Amino acid sequence: MERKIRVLVAKVGLDGHDRGAKVVARFLRDAGFEVIYTGLHRTPEEVAMAAVQEDVDVVGISLHSGAHMTLVPKVMRYIEEYGGDLSEMVILVGGIVPEDDIQKLKEMGVDGVFIPGTPIERIIDFIRKRVPEKKRGEKAKA
Amino acid sequence: MENRKIEEMKKEREKWENSCLAPYMDRFGERDEMFETLSGIKVNRIYDPTDTAHIDYIRDINYPGQYPYTRGVYPTMYRGRLWTMRQFSGFGTAEDTNARWKLLLKEGQTGLSTAFDFPTLMGIDSDSPLADGEVGKVGVAVDTLKDFEILFDGIPLDRVSTSFTINPPAAVILAMYVAIGDMQGVPREQLRGTIQNDMLKEFHAQNTLVLPPEPSVKIITDIFEWGVENVPKFNLISISGYHIREAGSTAVQELAFTIADGMAYVEAAIERGIDIDRLAPQLSFFFNSHNNFFEEIAKFRAARRMWARIMREEYGAKDPRSWWLKFHTQTAGCSLTAQQPLNNIVRTTIQAMAAVLGGTQSLHTNSFDEAWALPSEEAVRVALRTQQIIAFESGIPDTIDPLAGSYYVEWLTDKMEKLAWNYIEQIRKMGEGSMLRGVLKGIEDGFFVKEISRAAAEYQRDVEEGRRTIVGVNRYTIEEKLNIPILKVDEEVQRKQIERLRRIKAERDDEAVKEALNWLRSAAENDENVMPAILQAVKVYATEGEIMGVLKEVYGTYRKPVII
Amino acid sequence: MRLQDIVRGLEEGNRRALARAITYVENDYPEGKEIMKRVFKKTGNAHVVGITGFPGVGKSTTVSKLVQKFREKGRKVGVVAVDPGSPFTGGALLGDRLRMEGLDVSKNLWLDPGVFFRSMSSRGRAGGLAAKTGDVIRLLDAFGFDVILVETVGAGQSEVDIVEVADTSIVVMMPEMGDDIQINKAGILEIGDIYVVNKADLGGAEKTVKWLKSMIMMDQEAVEILSKTSHADEYAVESGEIFERMKRSSDWTPPIITTVADRGEGIDELVDAIEKHFNHLKSSGKLKERRVRRISREVFSIITEEIRNILINEKGGSFREVVEMVVNNEIDPHTAAERMIRDLRTNT
Repeated sequence: MERKIRVLVAKVGLDGHDRGAKVVARFLRDAGFEVIYTGLHRTPEEVAMAAVQEDVDVVGISLHSGAHMTLVPKVMRYIEEYGGDLSEMVILVGGIVPEDDIQKLKEMGVDGVFIPGTPIERIIDFIRKRVPEKKRGEKAKA
Repeated sequence: MENRKIEEMKKEREKWENSCLAPYMDRFGERDEMFETLSGIKVNRIYDPTDTAHIDYIRDINYPGQYPYTRGVYPTMYRGRLWTMRQFSGFGTAEDTNARWKLLLKEGQTGLSTAFDFPTLMGIDSDSPLADGEVGKVGVAVDTLKDFEILFDGIPLDRVSTSFTINPPAAVILAMYVAIGDMQGVPREQLRGTIQNDMLKEFHAQNTLVLPPEPSVKIITDIFEWGVENVPKFNLISISGYHIREAGSTAVQELAFTIADGMAYVEAAIERGIDIDRLAPQLSFFFNSHNNFFEEIAKFRAARRMWARIMREEYGAKDPRSWWLKFHTQTAGCSLTAQQPLNNIVRTTIQAMAAVLGGTQSLHTNSFDEAWALPSEEAVRVALRTQQIIAFESGIPDTIDPLAGSYYVEWLTDKMEKLAWNYIEQIRKMGEGSMLRGVLKGIEDGFFVKEISRAAAEYQRDVEEGRRTIVGVNRYTIEEKLNIPILKVDEEVQRKQIERLRRIKAERDDEAVKEALNWLRSAAENDENVMPAILQAVKVYATEGEIMGVLKEVYGTYRKPVII
Repeated sequence: MRLQDIVRGLEEGNRRALARAITYVENDYPEGKEIMKRVFKKTGNAHVVGITGFPGVGKSTTVSKLVQKFREKGRKVGVVAVDPGSPFTGGALLGDRLRMEGLDVSKNLWLDPGVFFRSMSSRGRAGGLAAKTGDVIRLLDAFGFDVILVETVGAGQSEVDIVEVADTSIVVMMPEMGDDIQINKAGILEIGDIYVVNKADLGGAEKTVKWLKSMIMMDQEAVEILSKTSHADEYAVESGEIFERMKRSSDWTPPIITTVADRGEGIDELVDAIEKHFNHLKSSGKLKERRVRRISREVFSIITEEIRNILINEKGGSFREVVEMVVNNEIDPHTAAERMIRDLRTNT
């Protein structure tokens, strides 16, 4: 059987805006992915642990609180601490992220940042392309 | 209208369809096979008197200031006094927000509205590990009364009205405001403002969740009971559809669920033995204004008519003031696009016009850069100017409810009301006749969440598949470098706020804090009103987190089930 | 991760190795089979507890509370939660991972090293479990979890497969669920070793308990009758596990526990019942009996699957040939099958 792409859709931090995360989760499911949604108000540690235990290919972090520069690096750090391998896990961030932060996040190793209004089709295409690329050890181009 | 005249009209219409419309349709057709509102209500080609023949002017519309208030709650509406231009703001520390407020007051804003950061909204102190990275980010951080003292420094509470967008810790914030009033020597009965204090919609949509549903309603009822006695000019709740809409609901769902929640609160108050005619004037509402212009206007008019009928006929309120639905409106944050952000000014203008044409009592217009981050000063100014232009240049507010009598608007107002009633009856059935039980049951079963999620996904699918055009997003797109001056909160804010909190904790009288918190615990355990104990706790500088901590110990904490 | 790293990681208690092993097994990778072979000797120690029931009865909450309670007792707990996956797109929305009290960090089950939670998609399979649930349970077992909780899809279909993997099956219900034809049709009334009436605070719980009691009693009567008739054995062959349950109920009467899982009420009683049932299985020799039965079935199904694979892959040509002949009315399906079996016997 072909290996299914597994995606963790995570809400980290205290903001309660889950409309985007839930709609994306639904669309990813319809695109054939196995999607695990963490529910609201997760800490970076919890998200990281779920990513490791569920052995996901993609971690999509959604946040609207403006705390992305604190929380996203934390999630990544804990994934490594719990034994996860960031070199083969695709990290995505979704939400309200200003342009210069997008650059900084990418420098930290985030594969893609999607702002509100991004067609979900584009996220799906990105995942389909990026997951095998990363497994083969290719560098991100996006 | 007389039947004879309607029949005549129908004949005329048929004639028009056959002789005028049909040949034209054959040659040119129409843009689309079907047109519908954002709620999916089918929009006909044209409306005429036959569509509104069942509506009785005096019974269903009437003059402004007269039951059922479809045209507005006041007899002069904006000819007498314009709506309150109330821009929501707050960020960083209390000093930062205080400075921004003073600027806004100088700019001509007539009411204050507070945005809190997430830790404050969730009842978590700034020094908690859970608050890391979020302190002062999307609003002002408040831990103790000290922060409020700074926030309202130089702002006399007898001269402003202040709105607080806060829910689980609403009782704490109200207590802080009262404490500041006491310090300034302003009599409590003169305090004006609003606390959002609407937990039901948090369970449906906004997800600022701390305590389980039933204790949440209990505390809200405590605030009602205490508030009618102590702060009679203060709106004790803002029953909100805004967030339901932001979570992706349709306009009909927004209307229906908000009214249903309102009914639930009224029933809780009646069960408590609160005189409904005393409480009702202290209830307020809060709606969203989205892009579909006429649907939004119809929604506001329908809401007013429904609430008047409900309060008078179902709950037996006697004072006409109790029948009024007074509401605040905010333009739809979810309609803003990150792409071509200046377009947002136009969207916001249309939405603001709908709110004014719908008879709102106060209005927040979003800033065009809000899809990105906290609004910059320039964007905030444009947003406020938008309201001022509508108020002073457009002529819209110079006559009352100018769209009344429009065949379309009256038909749509009626239609929205009917569709909303279907939902309300469904909820009432879930509660076996009680709206309060029905809404709680709907929360327990995930009814509201499922309904809203479904609508949100449908909307997104329409956008993805191009059936719905979002200018600049899925049509008329351009290559653009997004270059908006964005207000970013200094990372120092968190450190400074934690430092202040530590200082307060070191300086305060710990015995007094302990005593107050024990009083609160015993009040909660013995099912007494928690307000007096919370006020005492606030005054001795107990932190918001400590106060909420006691309530969590007694009532437990709530974790929302995952429903997609 | 390389195979030997995974196997070593499993021995050393490395979570990530376990997570990756599950992925290999779930997706039927050759590495998966290899891993199963290597770890098999270490299995057979865990108590596998299945939780099934209709949507909305509070299965996830019950599971969370059980995890919490077992942790308090010092047991290590693995959880497998199966959710429906579409057979068409292959997509699935998985998990309501462990629900905890608010934001309380001190009792954080998500971070507890004694807890491992894995969501699985049924990938369109009926019966309430994913195809590889059994192997995933074994991995958790080999890893050293004392208790393994398996939550079925919970879509209200007939989710009786849980008895194929669980030592103890719990059926969760809620008040006002009695007399429902759907429940009878779903077959979950025959499979419970323990019944839970959750959300007992809603009222009407007593009625549901009473109704359940009568259903269980009827079950026992049916057992009596069946065991006295000569057709009993025949029946057992046909309906396998279900009859075995009925037979067992003569010395184990399924208890009915009322709970309010939200508030943790009744969870102590439930844990007691679970442990009591496990002791009963062990002391009565039923545990071994059931595992013999389960493993025969498993080996049998592996053989079936292998033969299928041989037919499709190695014998694809001759298989198509005989099918063609049946289509052309040259031979009948039975003869076609006989020919293929003869072919397999002589040539493999």
